[in-house]
Amino acid sequence: MAIRDFLRERFFPHMWCPGCGHGIVLNNMLRAIQTLGMSKNEIAMVSGIGCSSRISGYVDFHTLHTIHGRALAFATGLKMSMPELNVIVPMGDGDALSIGGNHFIHACRRNIAMTALVMNNRIYGMTGGQFSPLSGYGTLATTAPYTNIDHGFDVVDLAISAGATFVARTTTYHAKQMADIIREAIIHDGFSVVEIMTQCPTYFGRKNKLGDASNMMEWMKDITTPVGSKAKEENPDLIERGIFVQKELPEYCSEYNKVIERAMKGRS
Amino acid sequence: MKAVLEGSHAVSEAVRMARVAVMSAYPITPQTHIVEALSEYCADGTMDARFICVESEHSAMAAVIGAASGGVRTFTATSSHGLALMHELLHWASAARLPIVMAEVNRALGPGWNIWMDQTDSLAQRDTGWIQLYCEDGQEALDTTLQAFRLAEAVNLPVMVVLDAFFLSHTYEPVDVPDQAAVDRFLPPLDPRIKLDYGDICAMSQMAPPGVYMEMRRDIQKGFERVPGAFAETEAAFADVFGRGYGVMEAVACDDAETILVLTGTAAGTGRQVIDALRAEGEKVGMLKLKMFRPFPVREIRSVLGGAQKVAVVDRNFSFGASGIFAQEIRAALYNGKSHPPVFGYIAGLGGRDVTVDTLETIYRMTRERETPEAESVWVGLN
Ligand SMILES: Cc1ncc(C[n+]2csc(CCOP(=O)(O)OP(=O)(O)O)c2C)c(N)n1
Ligand code: SF4
Repeated sequence: MAIRDFLRERFFPHMWCPGCGHGIVLNNMLRAIQTLGMSKNEIAMVSGIGCSSRISGYVDFHTLHTIHGRALAFATGLKMSMPELNVIVPMGDGDALSIGGNHFIHACRRNIAMTALVMNNRIYGMTGGQFSPLSGYGTLATTAPYTNIDHGFDVVDLAISAGATFVARTTTYHAKQMADIIREAIIHDGFSVVEIMTQCPTYFGRKNKLGDASNMMEWMKDITTPVGSKAKEENPDLIERGIFVQKELPEYCSEYNKVIERAMKGRS
Repeated sequence: MKAVLEGSHAVSEAVRMARVAVMSAYPITPQTHIVEALSEYCADGTMDARFICVESEHSAMAAVIGAASGGVRTFTATSSHGLALMHELLHWASAARLPIVMAEVNRALGPGWNIWMDQTDSLAQRDTGWIQLYCEDGQEALDTTLQAFRLAEAVNLPVMVVLDAFFLSHTYEPVDVPDQAAVDRFLPPLDPRIKLDYGDICAMSQMAPPGVYMEMRRDIQKGFERVPGAFAETEAAFADVFGRGYGVMEAVACDDAETILVLTGTAAGTGRQVIDALRAEGEKVGMLKLKMFRPFPVREIRSVLGGAQKVAVVDRNFSFGASGIFAQEIRAALYNGKSHPPVFGYIAGLGGRDVTVDTLETIYRMTRERETPEAESVWVGLN
């Protein structure tokens, strides 16, 4: 299937600002899905609210555009009622880890098969550039005009300790790696988390004087390094990208079926 | 001093001058401009206050309740889904008798994501024990916010100041911004009746078994019964300093009116123009602008509407399975009164659809042409 067939072209032009990284995520997610050879009907996308969450409006899968922060809870219900669907949940950093933080850790813990894409631009883009739980100490935002004193989460560490069985990080600069990782994440039978570092030139970039979108992408290239690289040993401030965890553990929907079997003791 | 201000900033200016000590909020359109201005004032020292950025509206209200329990003046603002998410804490704030003030920008609820004007969000919170005051323009938003603190602190109940999305929150108008000294004369520092005291241990919000719970609820209602008096006192003190007042409602050309339109928020501004135009044509029409929704001003409603032949209520909200919410409440208020004119309920302007002069004139003519309402609610301006 051609990539264009996955798009709802009637909703274009999209609402993202010029240079916004969310479009790069859309592009590479669709490339990943294309290589998997899935039909549109096998995929459900559940998103919350934010610039990032608008992605569900633009793809021609089964889509649920839900409530800010609650996408994973909606997605869990959907997956339990239609387990054969491949569920993809794109979220902004605010959506996933601020208002939705509780759902995030519990979805990781439950190991239910779905793919959470955390589109991390380190800011609330949609509401005008307030700092998020991923902005990090010392950054600037409309709600932190004299620098932010909140410390940020590390999405990867958080997902690992909460029990996600596939955890990875990539950036919009590393488009090819992004498509490969998203592909692996979708195939994984369990809860997958992919943090995608992305640029919001309109707010995070402007507030923090990081230049335009291409400067920000270069910057993401410079501050990251492949997992386990020597560069990290030399410069511990570098952020690792790649796959951190990829392990098999009992998946929630299958386990649930086993519970039913046990309870039925062979009756039907 | 006259300034050209956005409705949102009329509110934030009032909060600044009210010398609020702790604020907390989570951003949501179309409320965000209010708290953005305030967080800037906290950060740059314009206000001697703390602004707590939290991870959701639920946490924002919880933080404000915590701060108010410490006996300081508090404020938050929200809208739509943010208000819905706060619901649990709204009950808590009023039952804990904390004088919190909140600005709520009326916005539609999803799905069918919509960021525009609709009153269902605030009206759906009518049973949470918050005083609710609806504003028509920027000046009223500023003045009502200032009054809200004095009123809340007089009766130990929380107050919601309600603004229309965009029509008020994002519209620039000339607003008289008073000077700090005048505001200080009107609004003395908070002298809290409920507070955690370093020297005196107390237990707040403990378990309330059946033997006491009902009395506690009755006490909240007693607090509400004191609101009309406290509001009148607040308005009198406000008029002393600033020479302005609003009342719990405003009757425009109602004395000899056969038909009275009941309007709220910015639609009342449009209503004034419609009344002038229709009066010029010789129509005996008046307008009741309703400002206070909780407590519901039953006595005043009866005295203004009881004499009319017909009442037409314009609701920019809806209670599914019933009718427009203002119409419901007005019917109930009139029922035990001496006279009850028929109440024609109209639903208009949901989800940001404009309520224009034409809309209101159509509503008036539809009402005039019929003896009795054809339905509890007539939906106007559907596509
Ligand atoms: C309950 C609730 N509170 C607040 C909002 C307003 N809101 C919409 S999107 C958003 C944050 C968006 O930030 P993020 O999730 O990081 O996504 P981005 O826009 O940066 O892609 C907020 C606060 C809302 N829709 N619902
Ligand atoms: S505000 Fe930021 S996140 Fe939103 S579309 Fe613009 S660049 Fe993208």
